[in-house]
Amino acid sequence: MQRIGVFVCWCGSNIAATVDVAAVAEAMKNEPGVVYTTDYQYMCSEGGQSRIKQAIKDYNLTGIVVCSCSPRMHEATFRKTAVAAGLNPYMVEIANIREHCSWIHKDKEEATEKAVILARTAVAKLMLNAPLTSGTSPVIKRALVIGGGIAGIQTALDIADAGYEVDIVEKRPTIGGRMAQLDKTFPTLDCAACILTPKMVDAASNEKITLYTYSEVESVKGFVGNFSAKIRKKARFVDATKCTGCAVCTEKCPSRKAKNEFNMGLNNRGAIYIPFAQAIPNVATIDPEYCIHAKTGKCGICQKNCSAGAIDFDQKDEIIEREYGAIVMATGFQPIKLDNFEEFGYAQYPDVVTSLEFERLMNAAGPTKGTLLRPSDLSHPKTLVFVQCVGSRCSADAKDGKPYCSKICCMYTAKHAMLVREKYPDTDVHVFYIDVRTPGKNFDEFQRRAVEQYGVDYIKGMVGKVTKKGDKLMVQGSDLLNNEQITIAADMVILATAIEPDPSAKQIASLLTASIDTNNWMTEAHAKLRPVESPTAGVFLSGVCQGPKDVPETVAQASAAASKVIGLLSKDHMVTNPCVAQSNELLCNGCTTCEKVCPYGAIEYKDKPIVGPGVPRGTIRRVAEVNPAICQGCGACTVACPSGAMDLKGFTNRQIMAEVDAICK
Amino acid sequence: MHDTNKDMAEQVIRMSGVNPRKCMKCGKCSGTCPAYDEMEYHPHQFVAMVEKGRIEELMASKSLYKCLSCFACVERCPRNVEPAKLVEAVRLLVIRQQGKNYLKAEDLPALLDEKIPQQALVSAMRKYSK
Ligand SMILES: Cc1cc2nc3c(=O)[nH]c(=O)nc-3n(C[C@H](O)[C@H](O)[C@H](O)COP(=O)(O)OP(=O)(O)OC[C@H]3O[C@@H](n4cnc5c(N)ncnc54)[C@H](O)[C@@H]3O)c2cc1C
Ligand code: SF4
Ligand code: SF4
Ligand code: SF4
Ligand code: SF4
Repeated sequence: MQRIGVFVCWCGSNIAATVDVAAVAEAMKNEPGVVYTTDYQYMCSEGGQSRIKQAIKDYNLTGIVVCSCSPRMHEATFRKTAVAAGLNPYMVEIANIREHCSWIHKDKEEATEKAVILARTAVAKLMLNAPLTSGTSPVIKRALVIGGGIAGIQTALDIADAGYEVDIVEKRPTIGGRMAQLDKTFPTLDCAACILTPKMVDAASNEKITLYTYSEVESVKGFVGNFSAKIRKKARFVDATKCTGCAVCTEKCPSRKAKNEFNMGLNNRGAIYIPFAQAIPNVATIDPEYCIHAKTGKCGICQKNCSAGAIDFDQKDEIIEREYGAIVMATGFQPIKLDNFEEFGYAQYPDVVTSLEFERLMNAAGPTKGTLLRPSDLSHPKTLVFVQCVGSRCSADAKDGKPYCSKICCMYTAKHAMLVREKYPDTDVHVFYIDVRTPGKNFDEFQRRAVEQYGVDYIKGMVGKVTKKGDKLMVQGSDLLNNEQITIAADMVILATAIEPDPSAKQIASLLTASIDTNNWMTEAHAKLRPVESPTAGVFLSGVCQGPKDVPETVAQASAAASKVIGLLSKDHMVTNPCVAQSNELLCNGCTTCEKVCPYGAIEYKDKPIVGPGVPRGTIRRVAEVNPAICQGCGACTVACPSGAMDLKGFTNRQIMAEVDAICK
Repeated sequence: MHDTNKDMAEQVIRMSGVNPRKCMKCGKCSGTCPAYDEMEYHPHQFVAMVEKGRIEELMASKSLYKCLSCFACVERCPRNVEPAKLVEAVRLLVIRQQGKNYLKAEDLPALLDEKIPQQALVSAMRKYSK
């Protein structure tokens, strides 16, 4: 027979203001199995915990119910308390009377009634709890980083620095990400390449880091400490061990139709290409979509011109299978498509560009070699209009756009405006803004410099439409502070375009069973307290894949994610969750339903001798067996099993039914 | 806020189905409005003034009859506020009053012009009188 203690927490006034805690404690006295009840201001505090420990000893308790906040908050705390007093940690149940009750109800009487029911339900379940023991599983001391932008590079460098092996999988032919495309970077205006490329080189030369570029993660199985991933290394049709990166082939290639994605499609590249001069690895890649040889079997000019003999038209994709203890998401972002914002004329007028295109137009390694020329006629633009918040901050019911602030565009627009005025003092630069959002160290000072020292004209208001008149772009917008509608005859319009997660993030998240929010940003385990971990154990978040950020913030988060990975990899074993599924071999008929629903591949079928009442001696049957090291206790199989053979330890069908009965009493 | 103004603001909000609190004061509506220069109060001001309950001022303004009902502001608003619907609701508040038709049948002959399509007159009658 269980001897249960019930501990009702006030949570200061969080619970006590809405729930009559003393009444809950009093009501629990009459529940079967309950031998002790009390209430206290803060159960989780030192004083609260010692009360629990004392009661366990004094009343010889076999289990405790804590009526308090969500188990996500303090279940671990109270389990530790129970263990310290000699109880099994799984003899603890939490009745959530805060999030599920006091926080959502106003009427004290009703809330108290509900709290009593929740407490009674927890007691009913605890009556059927049995002590459970955790197992252990080994931790594979290698990490996988998906995405080789500044986030992925920084995370990998830090993990390698701690002595662990780490692989970066990057889908593009080079690492570097978006930062490699930038010209100068706020707030200090150092050149992006000068600070990024040394890190790229470090990553490539670090013996603990393996780069898989032009590669994608195809599947991931397993669980924290024990993932196994399949990586597809796509054929480059160039032997990376032979290619010297001389780029002769890229100049000779006669196929010139492919848009140069590194330059945001502002110019074309060959079918064989190296994204940029400092690419890592510095080897050529053939784009089979545009390669004449791949299409017709003719051409081969690159091969004839390659003195290293590196071109290999027969190269095949390679599949690499590797095991990892931890996985880091670092898949970054892209600017949104502006097709539906016709008012800005982006699709119509070549001189209306996105900010990322503008970075390329200002970049010494860009299509105009760093001289700012407008795309339509390569003339030097005199009047430039920047528009902030394009596609950001749109209400969820608006016809297009993103509901969030993209966070980086106020700062990079100030940067662009300042750089233009610095380089071309003969220009007029206007910025339409709704708000200027520049929190961050030295950020507001930076934006003020644009206004005060560089004479950038900031206009509070938004552009309503852009039309063309002669060779000018007529930008009509409102100047709210002057209560005017104005029209500026501009040579170029630069749209600070909203950013969104890389489109592959959604699919990668589902491979990892990690969660994403409604905008496809990766979700953190806790928005405030666990910002670099995903709710899926062993999966960590680095950089913009979790939400918009600039480089300093990205790097900080990347290092934070690395430190979490290092913490995990430094363990030799993981304690496993004992709340796993178990099949009752007497009931199982081997139908394989459970195997099909298990998202972790934890169920196998084995021929087993079955011994039991009414089973003929020597019976051998094919039955389900759960691998407890792989099972995550999600319970999908227990509801799918048509014979009722599957049960989840700690959450057995009987326990759940007892809870339902207690609620309905 | 004056009580009658408050009641009227509520009425305008109810009639138009617009929630002026959704406005983030970006001014895109006024940046796009083709009748801007003719209007005393511009689309974003309609939103702000309804929010503050300044209905009587709006009712007295000629802006009500300068709006083209082109719905450009509705189309462009990033927050889906639909300012033109407020203009329309305030106009309705005015013309629904006794004797406040802005366009009367007897005014029509003077306006007749062979360049104006008949349909425009019909819709003007619909828009400016009850
Ligand atoms: C116009 C513009 C100007 C900016 N200017 C500045 C500035 O001046 N200062 C500043 O601090 N910040 C600036 N930023 C922000 C900066 O670009 C980002 O903070 C930074 O690039 C984020 O790095 P990241 O690694 O998280 O993402 P990314 O740079 O996007 O890198 C992600 C990488 O992951 C790869 N990837 C994506 N999906 C997969 C997949 N499924 N498998 C494998 N690989 C994948 C991508 O190919 C990419 O290489 C600017 C941004 C823009 C748009
Ligand atoms: S074979 Fe293909 S990649 Fe090589 S030069 Fe010809 S088109 Fe270009
Ligand atoms: S960062 Fe600035 S420009 Fe970008 S969406 Fe936010 S407020 Fe608009
Ligand atoms: S466009 Fe919409 S959000 Fe912007 S000021 Fe007008 S009503 Fe407000
Ligand atoms: S509907 Fe009226 S207020 Fe709105 S843009 Fe057209 S003319 Fe201006």
